[in-house]
Amino acid sequence: MPSIVKPTAAHPSLVRNKLGLTIRDYEGSMSTLCAGCGHDSITAAIIRAFHESSTPPEMIAKMSGIGCSSKTPTYFVNGAHGFNSAHGRMPAIATGAIAANRSLTFIGVSGDGDSLSIGLGHLAHAIRRNPKMLYVIENNGVYGLTKGQFSASADIGSKPKKGDPNRMQPIDPMLLALTLGATFVARSFSGDKEQLVPILKAGLAHNGLAIVDVISPCVTFNDHEGSTKSYISSRKNITRVTEMDFVPPEQEIIAQISPQGKTAVTMHDGSVVYFTSLPEGYDPSNRLAAYSYLSEQQGKGEIPTGLFYVSTDQPELHELNATPDEALVNVPYSKLSPGAAALDKLMEGFR
Amino acid sequence: MKPTKIKDPNYFHKVVDCQWACPAHTNVPEYIRLIAQGRFSDAYMVNRDSNVFPGILGRVCDRPCEPACRRGRVEEKPVAICRLKRVAADHRQDITDRLPKAPATKNGKRVACIGAGPASLTVANDLMPLGYSVTVFEKYDKPGGLMRTNIPSFRLPEQTLDEEMGYILEMGVDIRYNSPVESMKGLLDQGFDAVFVGTGAPRGKDLDIPGRQEAAANIHIGIDWLESIAFGHIDKIGEKVLIIGVGNTAMDCCRSSRRLGGKDIKVMARRPRQFFKASPWELEDAEEEQVEIIINHAPKRFVLENGKLVGMEFERLEWDAAAKKSTLIDTVILPCDDVILAIGQDNAFPWIERDLGIEFDKWDMPKVDEKTYECSRPGIFFGGDAAWGPKNIIWAVAHGHGAAISIHNHCQGVPVTERPEDGMNLLTTKMGISEWAYSNDYSSSKREKMKHVDLVERFKDLKTEVEIGFTAEQTAREVQRCLNCDVQTVFTAKRCIECDACIDICPVQCLTITRDGEEEDVRKRLSAPSINLTQDLYASDPLPQTSRLMFKDEDVCVHCGLCAERCPTAAWDMQKFDLLIQLAGSEACTKQFA
Repeated sequence: MPSIVKPTAAHPSLVRNKLGLTIRDYEGSMSTLCAGCGHDSITAAIIRAFHESSTPPEMIAKMSGIGCSSKTPTYFVNGAHGFNSAHGRMPAIATGAIAANRSLTFIGVSGDGDSLSIGLGHLAHAIRRNPKMLYVIENNGVYGLTKGQFSASADIGSKPKKGDPNRMQPIDPMLLALTLGATFVARSFSGDKEQLVPILKAGLAHNGLAIVDVISPCVTFNDHEGSTKSYISSRKNITRVTEMDFVPPEQEIIAQISPQGKTAVTMHDGSVVYFTSLPEGYDPSNRLAAYSYLSEQQGKGEIPTGLFYVSTDQPELHELNATPDEALVNVPYSKLSPGAAALDKLMEGFR
Repeated sequence: MKPTKIKDPNYFHKVVDCQWACPAHTNVPEYIRLIAQGRFSDAYMVNRDSNVFPGILGRVCDRPCEPACRRGRVEEKPVAICRLKRVAADHRQDITDRLPKAPATKNGKRVACIGAGPASLTVANDLMPLGYSVTVFEKYDKPGGLMRTNIPSFRLPEQTLDEEMGYILEMGVDIRYNSPVESMKGLLDQGFDAVFVGTGAPRGKDLDIPGRQEAAANIHIGIDWLESIAFGHIDKIGEKVLIIGVGNTAMDCCRSSRRLGGKDIKVMARRPRQFFKASPWELEDAEEEQVEIIINHAPKRFVLENGKLVGMEFERLEWDAAAKKSTLIDTVILPCDDVILAIGQDNAFPWIERDLGIEFDKWDMPKVDEKTYECSRPGIFFGGDAAWGPKNIIWAVAHGHGAAISIHNHCQGVPVTERPEDGMNLLTTKMGISEWAYSNDYSSSKREKMKHVDLVERFKDLKTEVEIGFTAEQTAREVQRCLNCDVQTVFTAKRCIECDACIDICPVQCLTITRDGEEEDVRKRLSAPSINLTQDLYASDPLPQTSRLMFKDEDVCVHCGLCAERCPTAAWDMQKFDLLIQLAGSEACTKQFA
């Protein structure tokens, strides 16, 4: 890990967001991950996304499980709330937290081990419940924290540092999410912030679970020749499926003037995502088409990236449960739990 | 862009802003690190190698290094470089055995230096160890030139001067005091192999306005007046004093007046404050001594009553934004007992015959080559204020070094234009994983303020040095403010895997990986806006995976080394840059002659 903390010195023309905060105000502690880890780059993209979205740090909740990926919430937005849960249980704990306090902005950071192996069941049910949260899967195809065994996302034929190539079928979180009815499905690459940052911002604005799978090379255990998730192999096989611009609500009026050739999707907060589909006829609002395109590409060994599918008309957790608009934590206890007498009265109604 | 040629010593030299700005290219970060380690004598010697007079310059240098200091671009104030130089000088132990020595056997060449100021003494300092016989002609009975005559002793104590002059003179310089050179021809007839003119700019400008002649008894030329104080010929002045001009000489005049009985002292400036020539710190020091600085007043005439100076009339002016055009508001008369003129200095060479082959230009200044310091007559060299008008001590030292190279060439039969080029050493500071041979931790402490002797106390004696010097605690804090700009970020493109780790960790956003283009275009695509075009853009070779380039905007890099610490492939390394300055007789020079 670095010998020093990051100097407080900053570039003189640092940009301040709507809250008057600079990007430095969204940093966290120094990373203890390996130098060159893709996760650190994703952390930097998350910092940018929060800064550019002018999210108040104290209104952010960082949720994670176990693994290299799940350490990273420590490395961004020091002023935020956080919960480092048991392995694979982040989606469940986050769902509970979101149920209790919908006024916070939630980000869950997980990995391929945390979400696709031990926590796969929890992820699946989180997708069904559709809580409003940005769910980042830092996907490197190996268990880095236990010295590089293959994870559930390792591709067939990918070579480990030592031993035989992988022969088991990989779980593709994108295909999984589309199958289970996810409402925001995107993939990017840690080395492509130009694409990743707008996706993260759109994910933060999405009213539901926004799943972002980020290919994040493990520089120590999965960056060698023969690996399908190394920096060089990712760069070689990545194809962008969509280009997108994220336009926050206050700039929307100006942006409306020239959305030529772009598909516009308005998010519930008034922000707009403009798509340009790169393959002819690709439609990010068609779940089945997205599924078939992605599985076809996967078969060819390609790694498509971009926002594949977004749906803004499916109910999220609170709508599904008809909870009040106000965060439950702010509802007076007497109203939230009106006591035995009120319960009896309710039960009476069913007799 | 073409990949940056980091093998050219000038590239990394320019990154060390202080060293680049210093005319003598003092290795500032190196001596600050030595001070941090308590190695004051070593720090002093690093200074002496290039600027020759660390104790003197640590007090009165014009500090071109400080406005250049990168720290000043990262926060409000630069490192107190000059003050730290004084720390090295104040705390050094006896270094006499480390000084250059003249060989017992002379090389048979005789060099004459005219004037015993900083330029001439630097020439002597460089040539004596090479075996030259150097003769210095000085008009006064003490060495130092304007350092002694024009800088008041409350800023520069005599002892400091004597010590550092002594280091040079004790090498066996043949110094002739009370020997003004009155004829260049006469000097040339003495058969010297080379002559160096370091006579300074000895003539203070006069102000020819009505009343000047009649009130002459109470009107003084600044530099002459300071000189008279230095030699004890003047010890008092009237209560009401007007100083005309607002350069550093004016500051010395007003502060000296304060000590000689002046009570109501005004410095009169024609133009607004931002156009003053005086260094900001000298203005501050004068104002601390309750000297009033009055702007937008142009002298009109001296006012006399009964043949005695009683005041001065000024035009009150209003200037446009650039202070180029003024309009007259009205005139005012300010009462005064004495007026000191500090409006500039001129060179004067009445003693150089015009038929010796030394060409003079239309301003009656000798034509001197800017690289070789040679005038139109071979073998005669100029330096210091004598060459191109008033500058300051550190420039005189730089000229002295340069002229010494020329003189050495001239005497050895090598063309003076054949000058050795500076070299460099670049050595990794990596000691282990995340471990460096320099302190890379950033200190956020603010610039230390120099403590001064109390006002009452300091006015009691003209010679009381005002600045006390840094305490040990102040020094310890101030040295950590240095950003170690000489520890360079060196990039090896072929190792880079474009993981972005360096870009993400950089606290000042100075790194970018982007496609190639013209510099102007690339500067628009950097991680942070490129706001300082005087600072270079370091461009790498194409990167292996995407053929994009790594760019570094050198502007506000704090040399913390985090890019190198976070680099998984050691594509970034922190390497210490050492500029190998060529002085007369240094190794590369010798090689040329062999």
